[in-house]
Amino acid sequence: MEAMVVSFLQGALGTAWPTVKPVWPLVWTLAQIVLIMAPLLLSVAYLTFWERKVIGWMQVRIGPNRVGPWGLLQPIADGLKLFLKEVLFPSAADKKLFVVGPIMAIAPALAAWAVIPFSPGWVLANIDAGVLYLLAVSSVGVYGIIIAGWASNSKYPMFGAMRASAQMISYEVSMGLGLICVLMVSNSLNLSEIVMAQSKGRFASYGLDFMSWNWLPLLPMFGVYLISGVAETNRAPFDVVEGESEIVAGHMVEYSGMAFAMFFLAEYANMILISAMTSIFFLGGWLSPVAFIPDGFHWMAAKMSAILFFFLWIRATFPRYRYDQLMRLGWKVFVPLTLVWILVVGVWMMSPLSIWK
Amino acid sequence: MEFKTLLFYLFSTITVLAALRVITARNPVHAVLFLVLAFFNVAGLWMLLQAEFLSLALVMVYVGAVMVLFLFVVMMLDINIERVRAGFWSNLPLGILVGGLLAAEMAVVLSGRYFGLANLPPQNLPANYSNTKELARVLFTDYAYPFEIASVILLVAIIVAVMLTLRKRKDNKAMHSSDQIAVKARDRMRLVKMAPEVELPASAKEGDKA
Repeated sequence: MEAMVVSFLQGALGTAWPTVKPVWPLVWTLAQIVLIMAPLLLSVAYLTFWERKVIGWMQVRIGPNRVGPWGLLQPIADGLKLFLKEVLFPSAADKKLFVVGPIMAIAPALAAWAVIPFSPGWVLANIDAGVLYLLAVSSVGVYGIIIAGWASNSKYPMFGAMRASAQMISYEVSMGLGLICVLMVSNSLNLSEIVMAQSKGRFASYGLDFMSWNWLPLLPMFGVYLISGVAETNRAPFDVVEGESEIVAGHMVEYSGMAFAMFFLAEYANMILISAMTSIFFLGGWLSPVAFIPDGFHWMAAKMSAILFFFLWIRATFPRYRYDQLMRLGWKVFVPLTLVWILVVGVWMMSPLSIWK
Repeated sequence: MEFKTLLFYLFSTITVLAALRVITARNPVHAVLFLVLAFFNVAGLWMLLQAEFLSLALVMVYVGAVMVLFLFVVMMLDINIERVRAGFWSNLPLGILVGGLLAAEMAVVLSGRYFGLANLPPQNLPANYSNTKELARVLFTDYAYPFEIASVILLVAIIVAVMLTLRKRKDNKAMHSSDQIAVKARDRMRLVKMAPEVELPASAKEGDKA
């Protein structure tokens, strides 16, 4: 693909090509980034719509249905409204950091997509340490919330920032430890290879590929990863960071207009990211569940949608965790469970019963 | 000029400026955030040196965990920057000495070829060379025992830190989450079935029908 574009440009620009060449990698990468970002931001907009619809149906309501046919233009209207609203600065706020906060929240949520493979070869950067990159980038996300909380110079945002930093660091530990099992059985840190490692196995040779994916042999880790993912994105029932009834909206209290919208974009982009990561690590990415149907991006999209629906489902059905219960779940349940399961998988892989030979 | 050279100058300029702002910033929180920025750009520089594992580990461990806690502590403290700066001139000679030593050592490392200290291996590695894999191979074969000892020492430190906080007070009224979760409905409440004691008045029955 790149070679085709380069040869076309060489023909079109002629002698001007050598001056363009040094910045060509930048231009080409930016073009690919736009190809990933535009659909992503559109999905974020329609995920908010889908969330309101699903929660509406679960609560026997209709949900948004006024703007456009079946309410389909609702996210556009919401975006336009937020875009036109004034961004208010609290008089005692640290103005520079107040602006940096939302940017730091959304930047890692978008940067992580660089290594996500959507289909064989459909990846911006097919790097060897893909999992490490994901862990590193997602660990930066907490800065947005802390900076926003501190820069607002107000009580509830500060509480929100304190809760967020404790919660996100705690659940990163169990997420990372859960991933170690995946790395052990896949024998790679590259995301494409992790997906391809799931296409082998006894059940896959019978044509039942979905039984060979990591979710079955690593079932406890699948559960830990998914629940930690919900906690990591600060979604209900783990939304103590922004719990309406406790601290109003946490770090977002003082924000308005587009700055407020940035936090929401980051939250939904993170949700989609977690669903993509769960599909890749545990549900076989773009692989088809049975052998006689071809693989493809549509499978990845279907798996991501199912996990996103799970996110919305638990938001509509579970009451919020209390803060100490949240910490207990992370440190006293998930971390020991993952540590034990790493041992179990290690022994299993070395035993004659290993299914990953 | 190659694109990588452009990136190198970008990262190193930001690193130096951010590091300068760490010591000149008036607000301690700003200083910590500039330190985070400096770390991040150093990670970028390491990435250019094809040390992707070190680079990502720097972001994950220092930027993602250590500096978050650091920032957290600095936010909670009320640091008077004027008082911290009071002893500037009396500490200056010591500072210059330490800084000079650091600069001299760095000069020795950087001019290693001139002093004959470093016989650097060729840096033209193939595209599929995995720094992470190589590091793991060495760490878990040749240096397995030192690695295990280092991790046990860290584990002991973690357990000691937990033990230090295990201090029970007699008047502690904290809730025990595990007891709360283990509780059954029948421990708390008894459902009794009994016949209604009061007959409804006739007028109320009339009202129901209406």
